[in-house]
Amino acid sequence: MKTQSVKQEFDAAPWAGRVRKYDIVKEATIAFVIVSMLVVLLSLIFSSPDDKQLTFRGWAQTNPTDFYATTVKELSGTSESAGYGPPYNNASSGLNIGPLWLQKWAGVTHPVDVPNDLVVTPLSLSVLSANETSALDTWKSASADQQTTWATTYDTAITDANGDYTVVPAGDYGPVPALANALTNIAAKGSLDALLLAGGNFYSTDNTKQILFFGDGAYLSDAATAANLQGNTWGMMNETGRYPGQAWLWLYSIWYQVPPFTNEASAPVGSNADAYVMFVVLGLTAGLMFTPLIPGLRSIPRIIPLHRKIWKSYYAEENIKRRK
Amino acid sequence: MITETQTPEDSKMWTARLRNSWQRNLPIDKLLPDTQPAYVASWIYVFGVLTLVAFVDILISGLILAFAGPAWYHTSSLGLFVNSLHFWGVQLFFVFMVVHLWGKFWMAAWRGRRTATWITGMVAFLASIGTAFTGYLIQTNFDAQWIAFEAKDGFNAVGVGAFFTPTNIGQIMLIHVALLPLVLGVITVMHVLMVRKRGVVPPIDALPGNEAL
Repeated sequence: MKTQSVKQEFDAAPWAGRVRKYDIVKEATIAFVIVSMLVVLLSLIFSSPDDKQLTFRGWAQTNPTDFYATTVKELSGTSESAGYGPPYNNASSGLNIGPLWLQKWAGVTHPVDVPNDLVVTPLSLSVLSANETSALDTWKSASADQQTTWATTYDTAITDANGDYTVVPAGDYGPVPALANALTNIAAKGSLDALLLAGGNFYSTDNTKQILFFGDGAYLSDAATAANLQGNTWGMMNETGRYPGQAWLWLYSIWYQVPPFTNEASAPVGSNADAYVMFVVLGLTAGLMFTPLIPGLRSIPRIIPLHRKIWKSYYAEENIKRRK
Repeated sequence: MITETQTPEDSKMWTARLRNSWQRNLPIDKLLPDTQPAYVASWIYVFGVLTLVAFVDILISGLILAFAGPAWYHTSSLGLFVNSLHFWGVQLFFVFMVVHLWGKFWMAAWRGRRTATWITGMVAFLASIGTAFTGYLIQTNFDAQWIAFEAKDGFNAVGVGAFFTPTNIGQIMLIHVALLPLVLGVITVMHVLMVRKRGVVPPIDALPGNEAL
């Protein structure tokens, strides 16, 4: 213990040994100039990534079938957003870690009424044909049960037709086909992006509804797959094109590549992977942050003596051997 | 420390106490030294200052981008160039910072009452990750859309989504531009002042006969 104490005092005390000249201002200035030149050079040679944003217009024009089917899912309440849970709705309790239901406890702080906010309200704010207006009125005046019956029946029929609404057999779908068709047309003309963002208001900076709607279809996900951005292919660290991404997220991304986190059907970890991964990374980060206080961990630099390389010249000049 | 112009009563003033404490712990020759211990003779020591200057570069390009607005760089070649300066500044910043961090780990640089220095460095690292992440969210392009869609699930899963919303670009932009650079700047200043106060940690084997870290 005495040795430890002596060493700690030695490490903490002002250095009393040999010194060398050191111009801190000059070093910082030279470093700034060199790094700035490097940044300019890299920018001139490689520029930076900027893949154009996706729009509902692009979705409805390039893949109207998928957009149409997604709209029906929003109305029937079978989309991912409709069943998401907090912070958007109470359709589910969200993820948990054993007794910790943090998602549920945090509550519905950003309410999104999926059928109304994503479909009915944008239609209500648009210029519709007489038939479409009639369909919208029929929907609004129907009971919630009736709305659900129409929409789920139609959603099931589309699913049975492999997602292609054009080959769905006739049935009692109420006004749902007319509403889905109307929204597809509005989206294809380019109006839906603004309708979802502002919802009839002037100011808005919240893109939550757009992102949720996008995520319920295949358009966004397919584009991400094509760009190698999916989480299970290290997408969290990737960037569009051939640019470096957020490589510093490797410790977070790695867990999405290994079981049980990769198996969504595996309870409890796989089915709650997002929550578990967050806690695993939190724990590892805390371990690194508090390394100085953790016996064993803080001794690694002495056990694996890379410091002999770092201070090689000093050890040689002073003829200091490695301490065991 | 009581100076010639102070009475003992003066030295109890809060202002005098702060000044005296500063002068005691961080005299100007510690703050701006012209010598270093002889063992500070490796390239690994350069990465701390490289991280700092890369941060300054990022602040400059970020300031221009902030004034021009988030959509500027989509349509202007000058805007794209400034965005590139920001992008590559961040990439270099993280390379420098990670090398600095691991360099300090293998030096066990927390020795000699430098635990707080290590922890503030780690906090700065985490704040940097948060700053970069929010920067990616406000790119207003496809990448930002996808990151917002994916990231919301992680934050929502642990309840953080209730107050931190990756899909709300207004909130994220304020956090990225106004809050996090300030937080990172303050932590970095604290970190650097701690380094200057304690000096650079001596070599692990510098004191013969010691085995403890």
